[in-house]
Amino acid sequence: METLTLLDGQKFQITIQRLCHQLIENHNTFSDTVLIGIQPRGIYLADRIHQELKQIQPHTELQAGNLDITFFRDDFRTNKDFPAASTTAINFIVEDKNVILVDDVLWTGRTIRAALDALLAFGRPRKVELLVLVDRRFSRQLPIEPNYIGIEVDSVDSQKVVVSWKETDQQDCVTLLLDK
Amino acid sequence: MAENPSKLSTKHLLGIKDLSTEDIQLILETADNFKDVLQRPIKKVPSLRDITIANIFFENSTRTKLSFELAEKRLSADTISFAASSSSVSKGETLIDTVNNILAMKVDMVVMRHPHAGAGVFLSKHVNAQIINAGDGAHEHPTQALLDAFSIREKYGDVRGKKVAIIGDILHSRVALSNILCLQKLGAEVMVCGPTTLIPKYIGSLGVKIEHNLLKALNWCDVANMLRIQLERQDIKYFPSLREYSMMYGLNKQILDSLDKEITIMHPGPINRGVEITSDVADSKQAIILDQVENGVAVRMAVLYLLANSKY
Repeated sequence: METLTLLDGQKFQITIQRLCHQLIENHNTFSDTVLIGIQPRGIYLADRIHQELKQIQPHTELQAGNLDITFFRDDFRTNKDFPAASTTAINFIVEDKNVILVDDVLWTGRTIRAALDALLAFGRPRKVELLVLVDRRFSRQLPIEPNYIGIEVDSVDSQKVVVSWKETDQQDCVTLLLDK
Repeated sequence: MAENPSKLSTKHLLGIKDLSTEDIQLILETADNFKDVLQRPIKKVPSLRDITIANIFFENSTRTKLSFELAEKRLSADTISFAASSSSVSKGETLIDTVNNILAMKVDMVVMRHPHAGAGVFLSKHVNAQIINAGDGAHEHPTQALLDAFSIREKYGDVRGKKVAIIGDILHSRVALSNILCLQKLGAEVMVCGPTTLIPKYIGSLGVKIEHNLLKALNWCDVANMLRIQLERQDIKYFPSLREYSMMYGLNKQILDSLDKEITIMHPGPINRGVEITSDVADSKQAIILDQVENGVAVRMAVLYLLANSKY
């Protein structure tokens, strides 16, 4: 299978840092802001952002959690490779908070739609923003756009974008699989 | 089955017998997630909003019926409930006719309890819907066994290696058979205990221990699952009197305190207080009877959710 590396090494790290600074610009001390990673792959990015923010602003008291959207998907029963459910860990109320949803790749937008649905079980947020590491442009099936973008990628449906993390896959990188 | 670990290997849930160990593990793991959903302020997910489920009960039920109905509603399914006693069954309609008439109204799944063993299997061969057995005669009650296993797993972390004694009217109990099969598939040791007349003749062939002395059974086990005497199924006398049964096989605080370890007490309900179990034991901290009921909703949500996914 032919692969193309889109982002790795120092550039990967710089991208994460840029995203963090953009967040600080908009959210200042994060007193009313919570960070929610979308299961299964968004939690690594959310975790990394959280760690990085703590380094940049040691006094940041940002609440973070994980959201599982399996039961809210709309491709339930039509998708052959149906993923197993993961855990949701949100130990705070999102009522009247600014929520930053975090996922690794934004493609059709359906995961985010499900996440917005799932989020409502934890209260009515004041505002919801979306942060993604990779935005696969021109492939959206729903009117959903990210507020913070790591890199933008133009790809076709048969291709696949994979984000690897040091914690689970030995190295940080974004790769494009040319033939799925 | 093996190629997709998040799918069940069966289309229907007719009994624990048809489930693989992986299926049972998958159901329990999915139930963990649903138990988490049930702790949230909004306890509902939209997974089954395009599914219609008929609950058909040809026998009385409180827990199972309410638990299934609640599980269906928490999954956003449309439900209809049907009790045989208030229906045309009493006018002489057959089972297949009754169910086919219900299915003509576009129903996807049928949850059925029936007084005859094998009713679910029979139905699954003749109608075009997914069947979930909510108890068929003295045969199987798969969701009860799954929620019992879930409750033991929740209490001890794992079912493997645990010793479970099922005590009481084994002969007329569907809970007993489903529990034996389910617990053995998960690696637990099972013992049945009761008077000779209420132990089925060849039950030893299932690989369970047989004990007729309550105290010995309690000393052996980690978990005691107390079963009710099913007087409505007993056509002849199996023991001299309820009082004598209760003296020989009833669990009371005195016996429990005489054990040198703390065991967990389970009961599938309905309880006959003062017969198989006294009130002080049923309401004690060692009893997880109400936890079983709570877990029942999560386990049934998992079963319905996974079956809806296994159809395609």
